[in-house]
Amino acid sequence: MKNELTWMIGGPQGSGVETAANIFSQVYSKMGYHVFGKREYYSNIKGEHSYFAVRISDKKIRSSVNGTNILIAFDAETIFRHADDVLKDGIIIYDSDIEKAKVTDVFTLENDFKQRLLEFLKSKNKQDSVRDMLELASENGVQTFPVSFRGALSDLSAQIDNPRLKGMVRMFNVLGVSFSLGILKCPMVLIHNAIESIFSRKKSIAEINKQASTFAYNYATAKFTDIDYSLETKQVESNTMLVQGHYGTSLGKMVAGCRFQSYYPITPASDESEFLERNEILEINEDRPGSTLVVQTEDEISAIGMSIGASLTGTRSATCTSGPGFSLMAECLGWVGINEVPLVITLYQRSGPSTGLPTRHGQDDLLFAINAGHGEFPRIVYASGDVEESFYDTINCFNYADVFQVPVIHMMDKFIASTVTTCKKFYSNKIKINRGKLLENIESPDYRRFAHTDDGVSPRSKLGLENGIFWNTGDESDTQGHISEDPVNRVQMMDKRLQRFTQILENIPKDEQVLSHYTGEFCVVSWGSTKGPVIDAIEMLKNEGINIGFIQIKLLHPFPKEVLEPLLKDCKILIDIESNQTAQLSSLIKQNLLREPDYYVLKYTGRAMTCDEIYDSLKKIVNNKAEKREVLTYGA
Amino acid sequence: MALKLGDFKTDVHNDWCPGCGDFGIVNAVQMALAEMQIPRHKSAIFSGIGCSGKTSHFINVFGVHTLHGRVLTFAQGAKIANPELEIIAVGGDGDGLGIGAGHFVAAGRRNVDMTYIIFDNAVYGLTKGQASPTLKLGEQTKSLPTPNSNYNVNPISLAISSGFTFVARGYSYDVRHLKDLIVAAVKHKGLAFLDVLQPCPTYNDINTRDWFSGEDRIDETTNKPMPRIYKLEDTEYDPVVHFNDEDELNEKRTQAMVKSLEWDTKIPTGIFYKNELITPYTRRIIDKIPNYVENPAALQNISRNGESITNIDKILDTLKV
Repeated sequence: MKNELTWMIGGPQGSGVETAANIFSQVYSKMGYHVFGKREYYSNIKGEHSYFAVRISDKKIRSSVNGTNILIAFDAETIFRHADDVLKDGIIIYDSDIEKAKVTDVFTLENDFKQRLLEFLKSKNKQDSVRDMLELASENGVQTFPVSFRGALSDLSAQIDNPRLKGMVRMFNVLGVSFSLGILKCPMVLIHNAIESIFSRKKSIAEINKQASTFAYNYATAKFTDIDYSLETKQVESNTMLVQGHYGTSLGKMVAGCRFQSYYPITPASDESEFLERNEILEINEDRPGSTLVVQTEDEISAIGMSIGASLTGTRSATCTSGPGFSLMAECLGWVGINEVPLVITLYQRSGPSTGLPTRHGQDDLLFAINAGHGEFPRIVYASGDVEESFYDTINCFNYADVFQVPVIHMMDKFIASTVTTCKKFYSNKIKINRGKLLENIESPDYRRFAHTDDGVSPRSKLGLENGIFWNTGDESDTQGHISEDPVNRVQMMDKRLQRFTQILENIPKDEQVLSHYTGEFCVVSWGSTKGPVIDAIEMLKNEGINIGFIQIKLLHPFPKEVLEPLLKDCKILIDIESNQTAQLSSLIKQNLLREPDYYVLKYTGRAMTCDEIYDSLKKIVNNKAEKREVLTYGA
Repeated sequence: MALKLGDFKTDVHNDWCPGCGDFGIVNAVQMALAEMQIPRHKSAIFSGIGCSGKTSHFINVFGVHTLHGRVLTFAQGAKIANPELEIIAVGGDGDGLGIGAGHFVAAGRRNVDMTYIIFDNAVYGLTKGQASPTLKLGEQTKSLPTPNSNYNVNPISLAISSGFTFVARGYSYDVRHLKDLIVAAVKHKGLAFLDVLQPCPTYNDINTRDWFSGEDRIDETTNKPMPRIYKLEDTEYDPVVHFNDEDELNEKRTQAMVKSLEWDTKIPTGIFYKNELITPYTRRIIDKIPNYVENPAALQNISRNGESITNIDKILDTLKV
């Protein structure tokens, strides 16, 4: 009996592949499996190809693999793009109506892709139709199951006497997932429960989907009897949750006490703001309800400007954006720096430059986050490795902002954003709330906002606080906040602000700066969402008796040189893994540790790394067969 | 103890040019704050960049000198987070209608209860006199190498079409009148816009103090100058939208727009348009967050003895496997 598989569904954007994947993920999480799903989609509303790959396992998993065991296709494009990815002994469930479609019929395939595919098919002595792709898959040991999706709808509509159902192609997603769950012999009740929870606000739609699901499930179990792909039901581990990628930072913001967020719509960052707004009324222990004010602004300049204004009132405030929006924020970032304003900017990276690949993954903005804005000012750049981590990190980011009175750029990315995964429950009290030197009342009549102190951090008043009047300016200022161009004051103020870097490195606990997951003579160093596939790859190698170290750098600016150096002492071969072209982290390592990584494993296709890809690269490195620069390319 | 005018002055040296129209505006703001007896810590001046940007340093309340064009964004964020604050945003016409024009329009749509004053002198003073958005097409102020090649923005009509619910114009050499307009603007429930004509004595040699007061137009019968500036309140003009009716609204908006086109020979000051029937932003938030005014973002408790008091259990329950 199997204990792990990957399931994939593809279809045009707007056809509900996400709902289908959601049903699948809910069913298997309830069956006690770890789930790791990822969504890929075009910058498009309807029609372009999107797909969702869900990996399930009885072990903890943190990434996707190469290939899939099960593929569900209700359009030709899905076959053309993914059929070759189905692993030996795998299954393709497809709509029999698409068999005759040719590569040239699918307008949404890029010309380059069509060319490559046609050459590939030719090299395998095949023609250019869906049928040829399926033949090829069969030759590779894949079982193909044709089902007429339209036929199923029409049979179902006759069975339950609902003629409207006949043409409802938007039910294809539920049919598809239910065919597969039938073959997998999952408990039907779990499928119905998942449908009910997804359509909880639309009872009649839930009902019709349940009927369709039952129909498809029974059809598959009756028809495809000679295949055993089922996984046994296990005990669900206690305190397990099934979460989407943006839940970590959203819920983290609520718990951290972020009460103001301004944003401008941008993929893949908007989901967080929308989640906060949907849940804007907050339950507060032993107190009246609180609220998160979410303001959609006219642009990202206004998004950061408003959150600065809110922060000046003492409110924990944030904005959330992606690379193009962050570019617009650079000007205000300097103002935040010179005025020592606590502010959290959640930066969900995507592939740049410019509009780049707007819905695809990338870790391109590390050096930009560190350097954005003119002039020299303190800031923190902090990166989370996964959804669960991002919950706790978000609370910490607000603490850092308050304690050090600096902007904190919290690096997230599209890979985390479009993940659906099981993880441990979030514990709200694990991280304490620390507001630093924020004042609640001031007695003295001669308060000075930028008074010099030993650690460079001044007690902070807020707009509205009696006796706490201060001035802010983007100009250099004196201790009251009035403009000053005096050279002596300038040096004092620059030193006061930039002393913060030392404060940050000395006061943030070491295990919040850098995480050492494994040690070894071969050691991976990385940051952000590569964590998942790197750990999974290292675990795979460990099973073969190969030990590889892994150090995850969370605090990227100021750079935690003192913490990192001893951790790399025993590392003979240093391997830098990042999702960008120029190995941005390595430039920080070179600059701070005067050490160049021995190998680079890089990916910049816009798709996240899989654990298999990293496994292959690491194995080559260990066997001394790798190039200095291993460039990964897997994934559609 | 009653607050006096002097309580609203700082001892920061004012480095504006002698004769600058900005002085009148700062004085009028201080007079208005004193007249309304707004506690100093309940008030904040937000300013943009340029000569007018320094305004916040001269007034003894919270002062936030922001970035070029961005003043409204900072100011709205503060006001929304803490609606108890009385906020006046100020900036130049280049700041608000050039680099900040997008924020100007968006602010109108929101109608946050605060005041925005534009120091309108048709030039970029601090950068040495370039043409700003309110300079007329073809005019050549003294430091321009060639005549202005852009059509001018009409701040009054732009404010009205953007959704500002109080739109007025003042003149910086009529400080008492300007003070009255500021008081009216602050008391207005919604976003108030005040366009203040403010001659730049150094760089605008066309719209000078003498020009506004008509020194170039001597009445042949009286032998006196014929001022270009006049007050709307001295005429039959009624700027107020009195009832919630489309015809009434359209009439008042149209009348104000037409009035805003007057220039050259007669330049109206006073209130062009006032409409308190449009919901202020506060009201729109209350519709979503009922206790917003009593418990706004800035006043909420977020922790007790270092422990978060936000309870997300209900959301976590929905995610539980």
